[in-house]
Amino acid sequence: MIDILEKKIGHLTAEFPPLTEFFSDYGITFNDLHATLGETLEGLAEEHYEDMGIDREKLLENLDGFLQRITLSEIAEAPTVSEITIIGGHDKNGHPEEIELTLLRGSVTSIVGPTGSGKSRLLADIEWMAQNDTPTGRTIRVNGQKPDPELRFSLEYKLVAQLSQNMNFVMDITVAEFVFMHAESRMISAIDTLVADIIAQANLLAGEPFTGQTPVTALSGGQSRALMIADTAFLSSSPVVLIDEIENAGIDRKKALSLLVRKEKIVLMATHDPILALMAERRLIIKNGGIQKIVTTTSREKENLIKLEEIDNKFLALRTRLRSGEMLEEL
Amino acid sequence: MLFKSDVHKKMKLVTISGPPSSGKTAVLVNVIKSLKNSGFRAGAVKYDCLATDDDALFRSLGIPVQTGLSGNLCPDHYFVSNIEECLKWGISLNLDLLVSESAGLCNRCSPHIKGVLAVCVIDNLMGVTTPKKIGPMLKFADIVVITKGDIVSQAEREVFAFQVRRANAKAKIMHVNGITGQGASELTSLFLQAPETETLDGGILRFSMPAALCSYCLGETKIGMEHQLGNVKRIKIKQEQP
Ligand SMILES: Nc1nc2c(ncn2[C@@H]2O[C@H](COP(=O)(O)OP(=O)(O)OP(=O)(O)O)[C@@H](O)[C@H]2O)c(=O)[nH]1
Ligand SMILES: Nc1ncnc2c1ncn2[C@@H]1O[C@H](COP(=O)(O)OP(=O)(O)OP(=O)(O)O)[C@@H](O)[C@H]1O
Ligand SMILES: [Mg+2]
Ligand SMILES: [Mg+2]
Ligand SMILES: [Zn+2]
Ligand SMILES: [Zn+2]
Repeated sequence: MIDILEKKIGHLTAEFPPLTEFFSDYGITFNDLHATLGETLEGLAEEHYEDMGIDREKLLENLDGFLQRITLSEIAEAPTVSEITIIGGHDKNGHPEEIELTLLRGSVTSIVGPTGSGKSRLLADIEWMAQNDTPTGRTIRVNGQKPDPELRFSLEYKLVAQLSQNMNFVMDITVAEFVFMHAESRMISAIDTLVADIIAQANLLAGEPFTGQTPVTALSGGQSRALMIADTAFLSSSPVVLIDEIENAGIDRKKALSLLVRKEKIVLMATHDPILALMAERRLIIKNGGIQKIVTTTSREKENLIKLEEIDNKFLALRTRLRSGEMLEEL
Repeated sequence: MLFKSDVHKKMKLVTISGPPSSGKTAVLVNVIKSLKNSGFRAGAVKYDCLATDDDALFRSLGIPVQTGLSGNLCPDHYFVSNIEECLKWGISLNLDLLVSESAGLCNRCSPHIKGVLAVCVIDNLMGVTTPKKIGPMLKFADIVVITKGDIVSQAEREVFAFQVRRANAKAKIMHVNGITGQGASELTSLFLQAPETETLDGGILRFSMPAALCSYCLGETKIGMEHQLGNVKRIKIKQEQP
């Protein structure tokens, strides 16, 4: 900490570019790059600190914490997860959910059930690593054990990447800024090329193109979904991926799924779409808030998947015709 | 989770700050329920400026409540002058834990006291730049609780939490849902680890309250140089324009 005060501003910001942004949060801009950080901070009037609502000591503490994050998280990795286990709780009427289900690395499981039955809730239980402390009373184990409670609050080690059903944006920033900040929060290096890749991929999934300059709040439902899919696929090193309904809002869902479902991950996907459901090797049937049944996809079903895809392609062709203004008098 | 039978200790005080409507009460309601379930006796003090309905909410949980309305004073200044009384009241009732919810109306004041667990509640809907704009109530908190995560995507939650981290590197950052209570039991266990507070006599605020006392603080309403006395600060009008 003392060393850093003796470094020159020019060297510091070259070594740790995020520091420029960090200091600007405290209203500090650097005019003299040859001055040391210590001299620069000394030079600030007492009034400046008062206006920022912070004192020098606390600012240095924050700087220290911030630098630790920058330097540590580049080497650190999330702990390996080889399996997760869902231990049943109870359904909406309080009837016990008698189930203990282990999901292995490399597996894809779909979740089906009527609207409001509790599909998203199950995903939320997993994201939260529920310990009998959610409305369902479920318990989640990681590698057979109770996960470290610290992991729930860790901003660095996310066990779970979730593509949630909720895609609202409230931040007043552009697509490029958003993806940049998200990458930054995960302490990823070489952000600029990654941001461009994510936006390009998202455009391949969405119908109507958008750019890095589009405000996130101006994205359509399908565009936000496409952006979040590309973002999750590229930014996350999390071993567990939860997907809540990618079929909506007219994005290319097969392309989307192949982006998200990569080997060595545990994938769970809530869906109303028969094709997506059959692509998983197993599906959980949810009813009234509880897992009612677990079904393994049969080989007959896998064969039917091909037929379903044919039907789907026909349907998509119709949709394209409709979208481009054609009449559908001949099918 | 700790249970009442495990501890025979003196009262803990927790100060809760955060902008208006950020979910302070919603979070506290969940914490208090979980405290009660474990057999602890909790009490609440709500400080606000003009009016509040929070006392009714706290009372509906069956706990003792005090309300302090600061009227035309800064509610945080009012807090400092009155917290000692409230602490004595809580101790006289043999409470295990007293939470003090402030109004959060003043971005430059904060109710956080050295040696007393300091919590700041903010929500995901405030916009990315908000964390750096919130003053000492966020920057000097021990725990920052972020609410309303149900309304935005995971990506946006992560981006927001990262901005909070930049404004306060050492705080524990937690997501709590004020409606479903998700996360409240973790927060409760942190409350139970708070230091005990027997007296605030001689206590020290974590950050000074702003130098007040201009003529307007004293009731002046007329605008104009000649009416301005005391501690006045001028806006710097920049000349160059785009
Ligand atoms: N969707 C959602 N709404 C929430 C959450 N937490 C709180 N709210 C809602 O936000 C509104 C304000 O919550 P309060 O708890 O009253 O906020 P407060 O900070 O105590 O407000 P004041 O005491 O008036 O400053 C209420 O309508 C809550 O129901 C949350 O996690 N998600
Ligand atoms: N076991 C349970 N006990 C109590 N409440 C539950 C339970 N399971 C789900 N719920 C609640 O039921 C509501 C609807 O659940 P959810 O949003 O998960 O439905 P869904 O299947 O995802 O619906 P959709 O298909 O419309 O997205 C939620 O408020 C959820 O918290
Ligand atoms: Mg759902
Ligand atoms: Mg309140
Ligand atoms: Zn004030
Ligand atoms: Zn004044």
